[in-house]
Amino acid sequence: MAVSSRKGVTMADNKGCARPTGRVLGEEVDETDPKETAGKEEPKVVVKVGHKAPDFEAPAYLKGEFTNVKLSDALGHWAMLCFYPGDFTFV
Amino acid sequence: MAAVAVAHKELTDLDVKVMACSVDSTFVHKIWDEEELSKMVPGGIPFPMIADGGGHLGRVYGVYDENAGVNFRGRFIIDPDGVVQAMEVMTPPVGRNLKETIRQIKAFQHVRATKGGEATPAGWEPGGLTLKPGPNLVGKVWKVWKPTD
Repeated sequence: MAVSSRKGVTMADNKGCARPTGRVLGEEVDETDPKETAGKEEPKVVVKVGHKAPDFEAPAYLKGEFTNVKLSDALGHWAMLCFYPGDFTFV
Repeated sequence: MAAVAVAHKELTDLDVKVMACSVDSTFVHKIWDEEELSKMVPGGIPFPMIADGGGHLGRVYGVYDENAGVNFRGRFIIDPDGVVQAMEVMTPPVGRNLKETIRQIKAFQHVRATKGGEATPAGWEPGGLTLKPGPNLVGKVWKVWKPTD
């Protein structure tokens, strides 16, 4: 299943000019040509209360630094994951 | 996001690791934090702001809006075993209520501390009456708890 929109862009490129993004862990990285997969189904929604939260690894900004975040690093603690529509929005 | 940052101390005291996530890049997160958020929250945002370009995480969490290309306002409470205990998803114009989120976290922590032996009725606040589910309580909740309590 495709979880990285840019083939070859890895977490290690985090500080370069590329625009890295996150990936869900436990998924196979799809190396096929994007043209061949046009219209392919997106990952299914798997989040349900009472079920495991899908693990992920993603680039993040934290107090002046660029870093990587892995959800499973929070195991053993409680976690609150807050999605929001966008930076510089008003609410 | 500033509201979450203001509640961060209380969340940390509850052993909650906070993560924020939008489709913006880490570069944009940096400038938003430096130029605006740090003027509302001393020191700026104290938790990681995840860059979810393409909405890969948002899709799997069911909050990605394909039309707008952004993630809805979604909040997930995840327990120490990595299990989602609560979720709330809202369209963009209405903000969160951190007080309610913290109330829920305290309630889930109480239930966990009792190994599921106790349940918290509607509107429960710490110190409030809890219910002990079992055969003796069936049909008898009215005796111990009222919705107006």
